[in-house]
Parts: sequence; structure tokens; C-alpha cells
Amino acid sequence: MKKLLELRYVIVSILILLIVWQIAFVFSDYSAALFPSPLMALQALGEMLVSGQLLTSLGTSMYRFVIGYVLSVLCAVMLGLLLGCIPPLYRYVNPLLQVLRPVSPTAWMPFVVLLFGIGDVPAIVIIFIAAFFPVLLSTASAVFRMDPLYFRVAESFGIKYPALLWKIILPAIFPSIANAIHVSLGSAWIFLVAGEMVGAQSGLGYQIIDARNNVRADYLLATILVIGLIGLLLDYLIGRLEKAILRAWGGA
Amino acid sequence: MSYIHIEHAGKSYVEQDQIFRALSDVNLDIERGELICLLGPSGCGKSTLLNAIAGFDLLDEGVVEIDGKKVNAPSTKNVTIFQNYGLLPWRTVIRNVELGLEQKSLKKEERRRIAEHYLQVVKLEAFKNRFPGQLSGGQKQRVAIARALAVEPDIIFMDEPFGALDAITRMKLQDDIVELCRNEKKTIIFVTHDIDEATYLADRVVVMTPNPGKIKAVIPVPLHHDRDRTSGDFLLVRDKIFDVLSMKVETDIEYNI
Repeated sequence: MKKLLELRYVIVSILILLIVWQIAFVFSDYSAALFPSPLMALQALGEMLVSGQLLTSLGTSMYRFVIGYVLSVLCAVMLGLLLGCIPPLYRYVNPLLQVLRPVSPTAWMPFVVLLFGIGDVPAIVIIFIAAFFPVLLSTASAVFRMDPLYFRVAESFGIKYPALLWKIILPAIFPSIANAIHVSLGSAWIFLVAGEMVGAQSGLGYQIIDARNNVRADYLLATILVIGLIGLLLDYLIGRLEKAILRAWGGA
Repeated sequence: MSYIHIEHAGKSYVEQDQIFRALSDVNLDIERGELICLLGPSGCGKSTLLNAIAGFDLLDEGVVEIDGKKVNAPSTKNVTIFQNYGLLPWRTVIRNVELGLEQKSLKKEERRRIAEHYLQVVKLEAFKNRFPGQLSGGQKQRVAIARALAVEPDIIFMDEPFGALDAITRMKLQDDIVELCRNEKKTIIFVTHDIDEATYLADRVVVMTPNPGKIKAVIPVPLHHDRDRTSGDFLLVRDKIFDVLSMKVETDIEYNI
């Protein structure tokens, strides 16, 4: 029943979008090439699917995304644990992190393109940067916020490094890490498109630039729709994973 | 010399520019196999003293010696049971009990066997594959007790272990502790602020008072092990503790029942 209700909201919400879009299309003075109707965008989506262009772009983008995101999460969690377990190190590194963190990943783009050229690497690097800082800082602060009781228990049973790390610390903060990688997934996905728009000749982001260059607004809107849907799907999947982790950890 | 020897123990904290004497000139000797209750109101230094003996927080003054050796770090020969259980929520009950055993070079099957044995001792073998989140407070503390017993410690430190439990569960666990620990012949140091609990459990009750935290009196409990919470002897000892804590009503009250 609840699922059905949710489905109703989804359908109504999409219908509202389509109706507003259609009304805007009918009453606007722009040419259909610049501002297409929902139907035209849908047709463009069909064409892209049939020609295989969409799947190729999607495959390329997912490849970059998975590599950049997974690498970023792994590095950020490991470095975060290191900083969390060695507070003096954290105190020295933290100012640097606070300076780098507010810099938009796109700001690094020209630099990355100059160093690595156009291709997979710039997109991967930008995704890496987008996910890196939030996960790193959440991991380190989760170690600081750990219940001191866990350390006492460990001490009481003589559990020392490195066992302390993987028996106590990592599992204790795992829910926090899961939450951080969930949140950072969204921003990583956003910056994938930015990265591909500047530093690549393929993928979903490039498809947007390509549509612009060919003045195919219908392709552009269709691609935006796909990016949005994939982002939603990824978020849903990692949200499920996070919930499963929380349940296994006896919380929530 | 006695098993645990505490001499001129003192510790101070600085709180908001004021020196707070948590412990002042505490002297105490504890024999092997004794069950000692450290009793007193909050701020009397009973937990500070426990942590000093356990090696978690070291003293500023004086010494604590166990078996002739000065305590300056927690020893794996002793374990502590905490008020908030300290179970790992991501491990099942049996894996929690195995935690301390994993530090020893035991085979996996042996570890499992020992853990199962101690779960039986605390009557929780049916719950071995549950997670701590699925247990009641009393059951959680019994898992913590099984985990502590599994490593066969010399001394068990208990820091208000039943403080978070309701009165009836608490009494049941007190019975369990009495039974278990008499069978296992462990030295137990038990911190509590519950006079009945101390009287029920202890061989000797160490009554402490705050500002500065010090020992007011050491009261032996000359009762046999199957104590009756309502017997005259029990009430007599309890009365004595009330007396030491100056909590008795001074004026005579006329009773009309």
C-alpha cells in the first residue's frame, strides 16, 4: 500500500513536469530546435537508444565513475583512519584540508587536462576530488567521536594495533563511513558530467557538449534526463546498501 | 603481603581552575578471592580507585600493586565489566564472547567451544546468534560477564555493572554474580552506590565519602554466601553502613503498625 502511494506521487510529479513543459513549449516563441517539446526529447532518447550512442556514452561514463569513485573512497577511508588514529598528524594536516576542501573540483580541471591530456583521466580525477574530502573528513571525525568505551573494552582484552583497527575502530565507525560515501556519491556524479564536458571526447558529459555543438536541444534534454535518472538509481542503490549496513550493525 | 596492595593513593583533577581531590590517602589491602564492594555517593572516588587498580587511569600519588607488581597499564590478566556493557553491536553474542579469546593463540574450534561454555554458564546459549541490539539490558550484561569469564581472568573489575538495570533484573543478576563468582573463585572489585547491593555481594564493603574522596570505613560482611535480603543479620550489616554514611535519622521514631 505504501509502495503504491509512493508510486502515485512519482507519477503525479512527472506528469506535472511534462504538463508545464508542454505548456511552455506551446506558448513560447523559441523555435522547436532550441526549445523542444517533451515528445521530441523522448523521440531523441529513442533515437539515441537505437543508434547505441546512449549505451556507449553511458558505459564510458560509468567506467570512469566507478574507477574514480571507488579509488577515492578507498583512499579517503584509509587516510581518514590514519588521521583519526593519530591526532597529532590530523592537527598538522587539517589546515591544509580546510584550504583544499572548498575548492570546486572543476577548478583543478585546466591543470589536470594540461598534465594528463584529454581522455579518461581528467574525469576520473575530478570524481576522485569530489568524493575525497567529504569521506576523508567524516572518517577522521568518526574516529574522534567514537564511544571511548570501545577503547576501554579493547584495552581490557589487550587488543592493540593493528587488530584494534580492523576489529574495533573500522566496524565502529562503519555506519558513519557508509553515510559519508552515500552523500559523496551524489556530488561525485554531479562532477562527472562537469569533468566530461571539459576533459573528455566521450561519455554523457561530452554528449551534452556534442548536442550543443550540433544545436540538438532535444538530444541535450534527453541526456539530462538520463543523467538525472542514473543519479537517482545510484543513490537508491547505495541508500539500500547503507540501510543494510545499519541494520547489520544493530542500529536504526 | 596481600594480593592487591594500595598505599597512600591520591589523585587530583583541575576543573575550572579548581583542584578537585578525587582520591586522598587511600590505603587498602585485598586478598585473593575476595569480593570487595567500593560503595559511596558520586564523586567519592570509587570509580577513580577502580580505574587506578585496573590500570586505566594512573594515580598522582601512592602505589597500587597487584601480586607485588606495580600497576601502570591495564593487564590482560584482568577484565573490566562496564555499566554500558561495552558489547560490540556488529558482532553476534557468541562472537562478542570470543573477542577476548581472539587475542590468545587458540584454534577456532577451541575458541568457539569455550565461548559456548560460558554462554551456557550465563544461560544464554539459545541467544548465541543474536545481536546485542536484540537483547534486554540484563541479557547484555550477562553476555559481558560471559565474555569476561571466558578469558579466565585473575581479577574482575565491575564498574556499576547493574546501574542501568531495573531493580528486579538487578537482583537476579546479583544472584548470578554470587553464584558464578563463588564457583569460579575470582577476585572481584565491584563499584556501586547501592547499599543493598554491596551488602548482598561483598565480603567486605569499602565505604567511601567525597571531598576529598577517601575511605570512611571498611565493613566486613560476616554472612554466609546464600544471603537473605530480609534476614536480621543482613539488615544489621546494612544498618551499619547507613550509620557510617551518617544517613540514619537521629531522632527516635515511634512506630505504629
